[in-house]
Amino acid sequence: MSIDTRTRPEPSATPSSSAAATGLRAPDDVARLRVTGPRVLHSEWVKFRSLRSTIVTIAVAVVVIVGFGALAAAVVSGDLAQPSGPGGGGGDGHGFGGADPTSISLAGMTLAQVIMGILGVLAVTGEYSSGMVRATFAAVPRRLPVLWSKAIVVGAGTLAVAVPAALVAFFVGQAVLGADANAALSDDGVLRAVLGSAAYLAGTALLGVGLGALLRHTAGAIGALFGLLLLAPGLLPLILPSSWSETIVPYLPSNASAAFTSVTPTDGLLSAGAGAAVLVLWVAALLGGAAILLRRRDA
Amino acid sequence: MIAVDRITKSYGTKRAVDDLSFTVQPGVVTGFLGPNGAGKSTTMRVILGLDRPDSGNVLVAGKAYVDHVAPLHEVGALLEARAIHPGRSAYDHLLALATTTGIPRRRIGEVIDLVGLTDVARTRAGAFSLGMGQRLGIAAALLGDPGVIMLDEPVNGLDPEGILWIRTLLRELAAEGRTVFVSSHLISEMALTADHLIVVGRGRLIADTSVDELRRTAGTSMVQVRSPQAALLAQALLADGVTVTSGADPQELEVTGLDAATIGDRAFAAGVVVHALVSHEISLEDAFLRLTHDSVEYQHGTLAGTEGMAA
Repeated sequence: MSIDTRTRPEPSATPSSSAAATGLRAPDDVARLRVTGPRVLHSEWVKFRSLRSTIVTIAVAVVVIVGFGALAAAVVSGDLAQPSGPGGGGGDGHGFGGADPTSISLAGMTLAQVIMGILGVLAVTGEYSSGMVRATFAAVPRRLPVLWSKAIVVGAGTLAVAVPAALVAFFVGQAVLGADANAALSDDGVLRAVLGSAAYLAGTALLGVGLGALLRHTAGAIGALFGLLLLAPGLLPLILPSSWSETIVPYLPSNASAAFTSVTPTDGLLSAGAGAAVLVLWVAALLGGAAILLRRRDA
Repeated sequence: MIAVDRITKSYGTKRAVDDLSFTVQPGVVTGFLGPNGAGKSTTMRVILGLDRPDSGNVLVAGKAYVDHVAPLHEVGALLEARAIHPGRSAYDHLLALATTTGIPRRRIGEVIDLVGLTDVARTRAGAFSLGMGQRLGIAAALLGDPGVIMLDEPVNGLDPEGILWIRTLLRELAAEGRTVFVSSHLISEMALTADHLIVVGRGRLIADTSVDELRRTAGTSMVQVRSPQAALLAQALLADGVTVTSGADPQELEVTGLDAATIGDRAFAAGVVVHALVSHEISLEDAFLRLTHDSVEYQHGTLAGTEGMAA
């Protein structure tokens, strides 16, 4: 194969007819060409950071985490100032009356989990809906490195944002609550709850990646995500025999995670360590199932 | 080189590719020709390992595509429809692909210049016209400076200038010794671009031939002769392999099997006056249509009993 060393004669508006320009025929260049795990990871990072929707989604999640926490704290602190006091009737209709100060400052997590989950879904289904996935798998025909790299980028990316956001939400929330009604990070279980909430967000993003890769369809995967995170915990006890639902419901991702995202344990739920293990298993099961299908299915 | 060996691929009950074998040689532009739905795109996806064939296998540069350590350096492909996320800029799209294989960044600039997208490299691809998207797809195909270039309907959406550009580009790539495999449903386009043709219909191979050969196989050229001594001339021309027919006008003959020059020579030798001598070449469109049409009928006859196709 000859080396085409011509440079482009035309101005940039007109395409050149020079086929390869300088090309990649130099032996040094060619010797370096190889698909490797770190390179696929880097490629997925390029994809992740180069979409405006990623940036916007993460920004919205941060605003929700910090903003809703501050808002909830303000509502509660207004309530606390009234003579009736904490736990005294709570006829104002807000849902934070009985909650501990840490949970109040992390009130935005419920919505943020959905946002991060959707981010994870779109990281995968966006490739399928646009057709990009064919270019991706032509570049990485073994496919699995793409799935693992996406999971690492989405998981690490959301965690890197969620940890500071959760800490800020906590401190802002506690400041709003005021000195006599707040918690300190050093209090029993508080640090675990704050960091656990951040980790849970990364977990939901990974659940989104897994569902997206399994279903390959944005609407379907987001629907499944909503069902799993938000609907199933309320719905299953209604439709299953109580002995079944008591066995199953604590193992749903959101309930398992409540064990390590809250300061005070809730009755009937798992311990913090078991809850974390269950969430990890959910993520592993969805990503593992997606990996098996990814190798089998046509792209 | 691409070697396709007896691949069959069905989607549900629909057989998209049926026992298809061919090889694509380096150094020439090979056209992959067939009507829409003939299985061209499926075949290309199978070559890239995107779709798994039910049976058969494909070797690209001596290996299965999936076994190459630097696939983008082996095969550059433009697939049908866009394979580009609309929210990403042309540069970032190419960067994401280049990064997987360690293609240096300077190469991204090179291919962007090459396809004429320099001014819009940082624009979101969603804002691109069909033609610009096509150019970006071609840039992606050339990114790894591959030895095999495979383009599915590359002229789709290109303006006349762009079509001319891609013809020249494909010829240059082939002249550099690369394997160039280009699909189209337009024989007229392939006649201008390709040297060799793989013709498929209903997922089956119909012809594996050169463009010139297709003209010869599908139909001979025909010469219309006008002469006041038509009957005499007919006698002078008739020989093995030559047919002479006359239509409603007794002075008019249609001759196949001889070219116009030979007919003129024979008429002169026989002392016959000739008023008109017009050579009609059977158009490539006619030849192509005849070829694919025949195959369709042939398939009806032979497949109906042997396969449970839900047609």
